[in-house]
Formats: sequence, C-alpha cells, structure tokens
Amino acid sequence: MEIDENKDYIYDAHELDVHEGQIIEKLKANSQKSIPDPDGWLDEDIKRNIVLTSLDWVIDWARRSSLWPVACFPACCAIEMMAVEGPRFDLSRFGMEILRASPRQADLMITAGTLTWKMAPNVQRIYNQMPDPKWVIAMGTCGISGGIFRSGYNVVPGYNKIIPVDVYIPGCPPRPEAVIYGIQMLQKKIAKSKAVPDLNELPNPLKKGKK
Amino acid sequence: MTTTQELTLKTEPFILNIGPMHPSTHGVFRMRATLDGEVVTDIEPVFGYLHRGIEKLAEERTYTGIIPFTDRLDYLSPMSNNLGYCLAVEKLAGVKVPERGEYIRIITAELQRLANHCVAIGAMFNDAGAYFTPFLYMFRNREKIYDLFDMLCGQRVTYNYMRIGGVSQDLPEEFLPAVAKFLPQLKKFLDEYEFFVKQNEVFVARSKGVGILSKELAINCGISGPVARASGIKHDLRRDDPYSIYDRFEFDIPTAENGDCFDRFYVRVQEMRQSVRILEQAIKQVPDGPFRANVPQVIHPPAGESYAHIESPKGELGYYIVSDGSIAPYRFHIRPTSLINLGALRNMVRGWKVADLIFIFGSIDITMGEVDR
Amino acid sequence: MTTALAATEIVSQLSAQFPGAVEEAGTDAVLVKGEHLPAVVEYLKTAAGLKFDYLNFITAVDYYSYFEVVYRLTSLEFNRYIVLKTRCYTRNKPSVLTLTGIYQGADWQEREIYDLMGISFKGHKNLKRIFLWEGFDGHPLRKDWNR
Ligand code: SF4
Repeated sequence: MEIDENKDYIYDAHELDVHEGQIIEKLKANSQKSIPDPDGWLDEDIKRNIVLTSLDWVIDWARRSSLWPVACFPACCAIEMMAVEGPRFDLSRFGMEILRASPRQADLMITAGTLTWKMAPNVQRIYNQMPDPKWVIAMGTCGISGGIFRSGYNVVPGYNKIIPVDVYIPGCPPRPEAVIYGIQMLQKKIAKSKAVPDLNELPNPLKKGKK
Repeated sequence: MTTTQELTLKTEPFILNIGPMHPSTHGVFRMRATLDGEVVTDIEPVFGYLHRGIEKLAEERTYTGIIPFTDRLDYLSPMSNNLGYCLAVEKLAGVKVPERGEYIRIITAELQRLANHCVAIGAMFNDAGAYFTPFLYMFRNREKIYDLFDMLCGQRVTYNYMRIGGVSQDLPEEFLPAVAKFLPQLKKFLDEYEFFVKQNEVFVARSKGVGILSKELAINCGISGPVARASGIKHDLRRDDPYSIYDRFEFDIPTAENGDCFDRFYVRVQEMRQSVRILEQAIKQVPDGPFRANVPQVIHPPAGESYAHIESPKGELGYYIVSDGSIAPYRFHIRPTSLINLGALRNMVRGWKVADLIFIFGSIDITMGEVDR
Repeated sequence: MTTALAATEIVSQLSAQFPGAVEEAGTDAVLVKGEHLPAVVEYLKTAAGLKFDYLNFITAVDYYSYFEVVYRLTSLEFNRYIVLKTRCYTRNKPSVLTLTGIYQGADWQEREIYDLMGISFKGHKNLKRIFLWEGFDGHPLRKDWNR
C-alpha cells in the first residue's frame, strides 16, 4: 500500500479488504498452471548421474536428519499431523519434533489441509519466507488435487498451483504411518541432492558477464 | 486512579494482525486487533480462509453423498456431524432407525465428545502457555478413542460411518469389550488431570475471572454448548430436545456460574465424566438386531424442509435441509456452532492483554472447518 | 422436547398486535411481511409468555422467483420454538431489515447471507463480505450463479 500523508491509518478495514481481494485475484490469475516438481530424483536417479562428494554426503546427512517443519495447518489433515507429532507416532524419532511457528526457522512445509484462494497468498508468502534449501510435502488429497472439494468455488486444486511440491502423500487424511513414510521418502530425496555446487557454476566476480 | 494515569505512558493505538497462519488460532482464523500498549481495545475477526463452499457443493450430491462432507466440517468431532445430518434427513424422509443402530450412534457420539474435549482442553493449555505437554497428555487418550473408531470403520479422522437409517457396518465383536476396558482408564486419567490442574496456581491465576461471558450476552448471541453452560445457561439439547434415544439415559448437565475461562475448562471436564456415565449405561443395553433400516442408497425424500439439531461437543449443531423431491437437497444449510459461539469474542476480550486474548479464544474451542464451511 | 409453537396460536396474537404483518401462516412457520419483521421479532422476544430470546439461526433460500429468509427462534424458558420467514420478490438487490439490534448473534449470519446469497440487510452497521474476498464475482449460493 502506498502511504498517503493526509490519511489516518489507524483503521480503514475496507481498504485492507479491497487490497487483500486484489492480491487474491492476481494470484488466482497467475497460477492456473501447476508448477512442476522441483526435481525428479526420486525415481530417476540414474538419469541425472550426480557425483556426490563426501562433503555433500555430510551436508545432506545433516539436512535430512534435522528437518524442521513449519506450522501450516489449514484443515482436517492437521489432526493427523498432530497425531504424528503426538505420543504414539512420535516424529521426534526422525529429528523433527519441533513445529516451528516461524517460517524463518523451518526448512520443510507439510501442507496439512485444503487450500483456498483466500488463503493462497498467505501460504505462498510463508513459503517465500522460508530460507533455502526448503522442501514441501503435500499431505492429503486436498493438498494434491483439491480432493473432494475440488469443484468448490474457493478451493485451489492442489498446492502445486502456487508452490513447488516435492513429495505427495495421498489419503484423506493420510494415516500417520503414511506421513512418516512420506517424510522418509523426502529424506531419501535429500540424501541424493548435491549440496556443494560445482566451482565453475558459481558466480565469478573476476570475470564480468560470465557465470 | 489519577496517579496511575499520570504514571502510565501515553500510547497510540495500533493494529496487530494475528493469523491466519498462527499456531494458536486453531487453524486459519485471523483477527485484526487494535491495541493500546498491550491492552486489546477492539478486535475484528476475519473469516473465510477455509471457506470450501460445502453448502454449494452439497446441492449437487446425493443425500448419502453428503455424509463425507459433514465429516470434514468440524473435523474434531466427525461422528457428531454425521449424526446431526442423518437425523435431519431421517426427519425429512420419515425413516425409523432400528434400536441397535440408535445405540451404536449414541455410543459413537459420546466417544466423540470425549475425543473432542480431549483436544479442546489440551489445546486450551497450549494457548495458556503450557506448550504441548498437557496437550500430548490429552492426545494420548484421544489416540485410544481413535483406535476404537478405527476398529469400527477403518478410518482415524474422517469416519463416514453413519448412514441414513442407521450406521454403515455392525459393531465388531471386540468393540464393546474394548470400550468397557477404556472407560475406567479414562476416568482415572480425568481424576489425575483435574487434580494437577486445579492445583496449578499459574493456571488458576490465569483463568479465574478472565474473559467473562455474562448469561444475558450469551443468550443474546445465541451461544450454546459448554461455553453457554459455563455462563450458567442450563440448556442441553440432549435433555431439552432429546433426539435419538437420549431420554433413556441418566446424566447431569454440569453448569458453572462465572462464565470465565476456568469455568469453561471445568464444565468440559465434568461433561466428559457425564459422557462416561452415558457410555457405561449404553454399552450394557445394546440390543441385537439390525443396525440399519432398509433404506436405498439413493433416496428421494418428499418435498419439504426439516431442521434437526444435536448437542455436538461444541454446542448446537443443526442442519436445515430443503428438499424438492429430487435426489439432491435443494438447499443445505449448516448451523455453524463455532461461528456463532465466536459471536461474543469481541465483548469477551476487550480490555484484556494480548496473551489473554489468545487464551480466551482458545477456551471457546472452535474448528475453522465449521466456522467457514 | 422443544415443541413448536402452533402457528394458529401465535398468528391471532400477532395479527392483533400488528395488523397486516402476517402474510401467511403455514403449519410450522409464520410468513411475515418484510417491513414488520423487526417489530414482530421484538415483540416475540419481549412479550410475557413468549420470550423467544434465543436466535438459533438465520438462513436464506433461493426459490428463483423470490428469496426466503428463515429465522428460527427458541424460548429457553418455555422450551418452545417458532420459525419465521420473510420473502423478497426481487432478484436485483433484494433487501431485508436487519435484526442485529435485537440479537447480537444475527450479525455474522446476516453478513454470511449477504456474502453468499446477495441479500442486503438494511440497518446492518458492518455489512460486507465475510467469507469471500472483496471483488469476488457474484453470490455463489444463488441458484443462477455460474462460475
Ligand atoms: S485431504 Fe481430506 S482430511 Fe485432508 S484436508 Fe482434505 S478433506 Fe481434510
């Protein structure tokens, strides 16, 4: 919002609402296509033919063993997510018991619930606030495709319309075992990622114009 | 008073945005709070972050096909939602549920009340600042109820168990003994929990006298359920408008006088005890026989309208259905308990600090799925 | 058991109090003229022996030729309920008088109806969209609404 000198900014709810509406409409218009999954490593590891150094291995090990999920709990899947956190399924066995309320301290987003267009800008913003590297798990059919609400007028058909998703866990809601399995899949995926970039791919400040 | 006023720093009001993605807002609730220093002077709730359009979607589903939607309304107590909806359709179509079906319904609905209050009480402590430990303690018991429901229908959260005219499957053999085994455990646990909480000076200091809801305001806002009973309204649909077979059981309606956060907590704990009492009576009386009336999958209720309401764990949950004689309802309206219970939030929190705002909000026990639908 | 207040019983009382207010009295609901609605509700809420002090819910139904707004009131004291209905016969900017002055609980439900059904409530202080955002096209619960 532009700041107008002559205006009293204490409470103009209408303006806030109109502004929010514009953001939603814009996002809606811009996200009609699905964003492709960041990497297809999970199945096609041979194709990419990555050489992992031992430094890579150490970094990947550290990353995958202490994933901290951000709280993104819009709907019913959140109940199962809490159960996963809870005493019986005990996610802390995988080094990730702490749900971070702040996206800046998290590197994993488990999207537990239906996403509506009104919510979409906020989720996108939370995703953008997370520091790299970051991963997203779409939990539940709503997260994958909109689920039974897909034909609703306010429902985003899948989180991958607005943010890239790494792992999908089907189910409505998925059982906690499925969620843990999905997290393990993500850990496998991280283990294969190349954490240390190649030297010649790094930007070289000495050579102008060249990468 | 003058001295304190002189001493207090002069502050400007400012707006604090809480939510929609905030760990203490039970989902995606958003408040625009106007603060003066740390004191809440006004709040404006903003809804709609989980508005999935269930009422519209239901107009293109068959009557049986709507049951899965009701599961996802108040996802902390899906069985109660199923029950309310089925009652409304049965009223419309004039279906009579067999005895065994009624008993199974009551048992599941009361178990659901226990499960819901487990989360309600646990989450309330979360909001009070006791981060996660009391919650996990409560969740441990909820898991046991989940197991029972899992036994019934193979799902842990969204059961889709009730059908028009009964329930979808009969009780498995081991279900009733499992419930009978669970109830004494829960009773013992409740005693223990209440003992801990009542002794806890911090909790009592934070909850007694905080967020008072007067009786008149509660009635005027249409508030129902434990929140209303904590304010001294002795109104419980199980007693005042008995649906299903609630008139056969003996139970009390716990009420409290002050209408503060502590009373809301206390009423919930007492209600759990009463649910245990109902369950103990019900599991002894379950008769043999059919569990479901002979109702086709696709029904055509006669044109007309019906409203059925039940005492869901959160309060009066109602379904208003208008039928035009076809296989889908013409209009399907849900009386959202959570939305209406929030109606007095603004009156309750004004003048309290931000931390109390979160706590008072938590003590109302809402589910966003039901607020926004 | 919450019993329905027989329509015939209340209709004579209402007609005596507000001549011309009752349009039609069905078996379980009373159809009230729009302009008399707040007065009738106020009377039902305060009159001795009635005391319908609890508003269960408000909703609206679209019947193509008219909109029907449904109110259900309960008397906690006498354990009775009554269903009031009122109609507006226009599709273009239909409006009903608000009940927010009588029941605080009506506030958000009226906003909801305004949002999803497009019926405005005259006298409502903060009538704006509640679930959908400003700028959403149309009112989805109307039968002729199309994406
Ligand atoms: S996938 Fe099912 S349980 Fe999960 S949010 Fe969607 S409807 Fe709810």
